[in-house]
Amino acid sequence: MFHWLEKHPFFFAVGVFLVISFAGLIEILPNFAQASRPVIGTAPYSTLELAGRHVYIKNSCNACHSQLIRPFKSETDRYGHYSLSGEYAYDRPFLWGSKRTGPDLMRVGNYRTTDWHENHMKNPPSVVPGSVMPAFRWLFTNKADINTAFAEQLTVAQHFSVPYNQPVPMKDGTTKVVKMGSSIADANAIALQEAKVIAADMRDQDVKDAVARGEIPEIVALIAYLNSLK
Amino acid sequence: MVNRPLEYDYTIAKMFMLTTILLGIVGMLIGVILAFQLAFPNFNLILGEGLAEYTNFSRLRPLHTDAVIFGFTLSGVFATWYYVGQRVLKVSMAESRLLMFLGKLHFWLYIVVVAAVVVSLLAGVTTSKEYAEFEWPIDIAVVLVWVIFGASIFGLIGIRREKSLYISVWYYIATFLGIAMLYLFNNMEIPTMFATSAAGESGIGSWYHSVSMYSGTNDALVQWWYGHNAVAFGFTVPIVAMIYYFLPKESGQAIYSYKLSLLSFWGLMFVYLWAGGHHLLYSTVPDWMQTMGSIFSVILILPSWGSAINMLLTMKGEWQQVAASPLIKFMILASTFYMFSTLEGPIQAIKSVNAIAHFTDWIIGHVHDGVLGWVGFMIMAALYHMAPRVFKREIYSKSLMAAQFWIQTLGVVLYFTSMWIAGITQGMMWRAHDEFGNLAYSFIDTVTVLHPYYTIRGVGGLLYLVGFLMFAYNIYKTMSARPVEEHELQNASPMGA
Repeated sequence: MFHWLEKHPFFFAVGVFLVISFAGLIEILPNFAQASRPVIGTAPYSTLELAGRHVYIKNSCNACHSQLIRPFKSETDRYGHYSLSGEYAYDRPFLWGSKRTGPDLMRVGNYRTTDWHENHMKNPPSVVPGSVMPAFRWLFTNKADINTAFAEQLTVAQHFSVPYNQPVPMKDGTTKVVKMGSSIADANAIALQEAKVIAADMRDQDVKDAVARGEIPEIVALIAYLNSLK
Repeated sequence: MVNRPLEYDYTIAKMFMLTTILLGIVGMLIGVILAFQLAFPNFNLILGEGLAEYTNFSRLRPLHTDAVIFGFTLSGVFATWYYVGQRVLKVSMAESRLLMFLGKLHFWLYIVVVAAVVVSLLAGVTTSKEYAEFEWPIDIAVVLVWVIFGASIFGLIGIRREKSLYISVWYYIATFLGIAMLYLFNNMEIPTMFATSAAGESGIGSWYHSVSMYSGTNDALVQWWYGHNAVAFGFTVPIVAMIYYFLPKESGQAIYSYKLSLLSFWGLMFVYLWAGGHHLLYSTVPDWMQTMGSIFSVILILPSWGSAINMLLTMKGEWQQVAASPLIKFMILASTFYMFSTLEGPIQAIKSVNAIAHFTDWIIGHVHDGVLGWVGFMIMAALYHMAPRVFKREIYSKSLMAAQFWIQTLGVVLYFTSMWIAGITQGMMWRAHDEFGNLAYSFIDTVTVLHPYYTIRGVGGLLYLVGFLMFAYNIYKTMSARPVEEHELQNASPMGA
């Protein structure tokens, strides 16, 4: 049979394709629907948080920080409860990372504050002596891209039924509604509202002034995202 | 009819040889910069504070991996295909104007994609999925380049004179099919600019932004099915194709066993694809998938060692050649590193070992003894073998070749040993508890302790880069300094051209 295949390239290629596609079918398909179901307490990202997530991705924070807590005592001691599949239901793309040069960030919102992040991005060794993380000073001057975050919200709401403007169940029995704007101007106003809360806790006067003017620096969006990781 | 040898056309092979060298230098140089950035954070400001956004570790890291994978390695794969393909199929590209056109189109479109990738990654345009960072417009261009590559492979096969496909051709076909399948499924994404707001606005935000079709755990599953098997079909399969052609050619020895090559080829095709799950041990994917990933990773030793042993036994009774020829040294070292990293990988995929190894520098060490030892050495060997034949000139300096070999070998050894120690130290420190059950170290303790190993790694990488520059110089001088030989140079091989 093999000799015959080696003389018939078409059938050879078909054979290779069948053999290599087998594993994917068996391993990936069966769990597909189940893994995308959110657990109670998981809400979609707000416009500002999503813009912050884009800043996180743009700067490849995931190259050094994981967002996946493994079920070991050392990890739950250090970072909190181990990760559950449904907690990632609204993560497109996933940001588990593959290397921890810095610590895991999956629940960083539980133990770090806005001003800590601010100082950390400006000069990492000032809050963590010995840190090898570079400073990310341009985040204080670049403007966050709220429009793209809004476009993404519209896309996932339409194609993947992500529940914006709908009540989502929380762990304490209450519900939460994550707002999505009805127009670009509306989305920007919602994001700015949220940005003002973050900026109030920050020290950097230029950032405060920018937000007061109605602009949103990348750092504000990024901190909104980091604070949402719980 | 006169029975005279075919005149093969190496135009496209030459073009891809140059990009292999150029992108190799770029990728490795960025790698060295990254290594020193981790040891000395001030290296992040290598071009000053003003450009810090673009020279920062986080922007350069994806550029490094993509430059080495899709720049250096893929160029090497293309260069060798446009050389090996003609010779084993006994047909010249010059016989078909369509094939020459496809080859040139393949090359120039590839160059356009490379340029787009460099610019977009430096600008921070990324989907964040490792080795699949490109946004949708570039993805479409990548698919186009790949389709042309496929058309070029099957086009040449279509007009072949040699009826039976040589082993290397099996592997090139598998490379094409494997990457095509993986890349398409992993990059399923929806551009966000087509969304419409309640107010009727569309075309909102960046035109190049997209959102993944899969979320969370599913996205991770598809990504590592891709990520691991991109290693398979980018770093294993085509490099095996090269060694199956170049080692017998260079040594004049026939491949040790046809049956072993059958077993290892079909075994590799079937087993490799299951192993991606070992990137997701202790994650939120179901346990049975993790177990499958783990088990199949161990089984993968069989087909991998099958090819490597087949190569080493090809040298049976001819081991004096290893001492005599620097080129054979490169290939034998490559095979040895192949065995080494395909043993190390399965060990890391065992669940209890993975608990320590995952997220640490040991993984980085594993990747690099594969890429530097196996892929790097084999591609350089292939180019060294091709250069005299495509440029019709003897290699400029054999002693420079030998010096390069030892410098790079030392570099690889420094690299993986320092990363082993760093990774295991890190993994053990993360999990250490004191006698009261509290964590023994804070996270930063596990970072500062790595400084010496990061420095050694930087030196190892630098040595490898220096060796690569010697390689580039040697090829450059071969192209320009040596007199042109009347006929294409023939080797000692009894196997015919």
